[in-house]
Amino acid sequence: MSDSADIHGETAASFAAKAFANRSFLAGFIITTLIAVMALVSFLWTPYDVTKLIVADRMQAPSAAHLFGTDHFGRDVLSMIMVGARNSIAVALVAVGIGMGLGVPLGCWAAARGGLADEILMRFNDLVFAFPALLSAIMITAIFGPGAINAIIAIGIFNIPVFARVARAGSLALWPREFILAARAAGKGKALITVEHILPNIANLLLVQGTIQFALGILAEAGLSYVGLGAQPPMPSWGRMLFDAQTRMIVAPYLAIFPGFAIVFTVLGLNLLGDGLSDVLDPKLRRQR
Amino acid sequence: MTAYILKRLLIGIATLVVASVVVFSMLEIVPGDPARLMLGINATDDALQALRQQMGLDQPLVWRYLEWASGLLTLDFGRSYTYSVPVIDLIAERIVVSLPLAVIALVMSTAIAIPVGVFSASRRGRPADTISMGATQFGVAVPNFWFALLLIYIFAVWLRLVPAGGFPGWSAGVWPALTALILPAVALALPQAAILARVTRSSLLEVLGEDYIRTARAKGIPYRHVLWRHALRNALIPVVTILGLQFAFLLAGTIIIENVFYLPGLGRLVFQAITQRDLIVVEGVVMLLVAAVIVVNLLVDLSYALVDPRLRANR
Repeated sequence: MSDSADIHGETAASFAAKAFANRSFLAGFIITTLIAVMALVSFLWTPYDVTKLIVADRMQAPSAAHLFGTDHFGRDVLSMIMVGARNSIAVALVAVGIGMGLGVPLGCWAAARGGLADEILMRFNDLVFAFPALLSAIMITAIFGPGAINAIIAIGIFNIPVFARVARAGSLALWPREFILAARAAGKGKALITVEHILPNIANLLLVQGTIQFALGILAEAGLSYVGLGAQPPMPSWGRMLFDAQTRMIVAPYLAIFPGFAIVFTVLGLNLLGDGLSDVLDPKLRRQR
Repeated sequence: MTAYILKRLLIGIATLVVASVVVFSMLEIVPGDPARLMLGINATDDALQALRQQMGLDQPLVWRYLEWASGLLTLDFGRSYTYSVPVIDLIAERIVVSLPLAVIALVMSTAIAIPVGVFSASRRGRPADTISMGATQFGVAVPNFWFALLLIYIFAVWLRLVPAGGFPGWSAGVWPALTALILPAVALALPQAAILARVTRSSLLEVLGEDYIRTARAKGIPYRHVLWRHALRNALIPVVTILGLQFAFLLAGTIIIENVFYLPGLGRLVFQAITQRDLIVVEGVVMLLVAAVIVVNLLVDLSYALVDPRLRANR
């Protein structure tokens, strides 16, 4: 019997059935799957080659040949959105990975040790939270140079305290529980208990927070590439497409419409997924919604 | 209570000091010599040396930090490398755009969010609740700079009601200046309002499930009164917390929004300073924003005690 089963007592199949019965989860799942599939398909096929500039075809309004129109270099906007999805997803996903990878151990460690370790972590959190995240991300990318990698690092750093805080709060609530006391009485060390008992039981919280941070990461990446500090041309990115669209909005408003909707749908999908997950995973919260 | 305030105050000051070390050292590792940047690549070594001496760049690192940090205390942020004026003058010139913008946006977002949250909570599960929460779900997902572009297209390009960007300055009159700030403020406010409305709703729903609400209802107090006076007051703590956090978001959000609307605010100043490697300006503005966030969060913490008398006794 696994430790997570101690508390939830349900199988993967019954969980999936419950999850898909939840409207938020279902809608979020469908939207995020669509976006993910779109990004994956772009590796194999896009309607047009996004690296080819065909000036003769520039600034065409949406038509059967170009569903979302073409940009000022004659590139197909739909193809660019498909390729741009890769960039957004990759940046946000790795940033969440950095946040989880460093934040969760920190939070668990602080909760297990308590006292000074805990105090230091909380003050570290205060410090990071005092820097408006976007300002610092702009500073970091501006200092170390623009580009997808630095955008990942800049966004990732601000995910660390978020996950540390969630992991700490989740673990603190578990440490006084009987099954943890039993494990301690059995002579297990704190590190082992954290890995075997705490982590499986805070996985829910981390998963929900993960989807939220994923969505925020997509927004942050779009903001950074909009101001020219994210992925660099010719790599298409949604934020950059919006920047290029701004000066041409009077003649070609569609250039600003489609990349914007791509961002909104992705973020919306992830938020719905996160909402659905927290409803399904935490019945106490479900009561309030 | 006094001990609590004192502890928060000390933590705030300590955070500020550590933040100043972080900001200073982060910009210290930036590649590129500011003196060379000012004089260009053809500068002679002598000229470079002289300028470095004049700017104090030849001093040891710790000494320069102490000099800079002690200057901060007297609002002396140093001189800009590119504009050759005191940084504080640049900040003063720009803050009259950014601060009103952030305040208008904050007021707007609160004025929209709280009624929507209360309305939604009072009609929980009904179509009105579903529709307004669907709208907030959408609002949370909209990047403010894209929303800004749409606003520009609708209200400036299409309807020609307001300017598409730029700022005439307060000297041009309060009204022209305010109209230049309306669209940016709306662009900043609506996504924040969506978050705040959701928090208000869920916090209120939690309170509405409490026994004392049932007691109040049982006593025959009208529902409207219970909702706005008894429940909302108790639901405010998470709302105020989010408001405090949103202030930081708004300050940072102005960086991108000011770039969309070509507003000469702090955000645009810091952004231009970064691209021009005018590090001392970046340091000054960042420290100012960090200090603002710390002060606001301190006020939020203290305001808990005002909202909730129980905390006044306990802490």
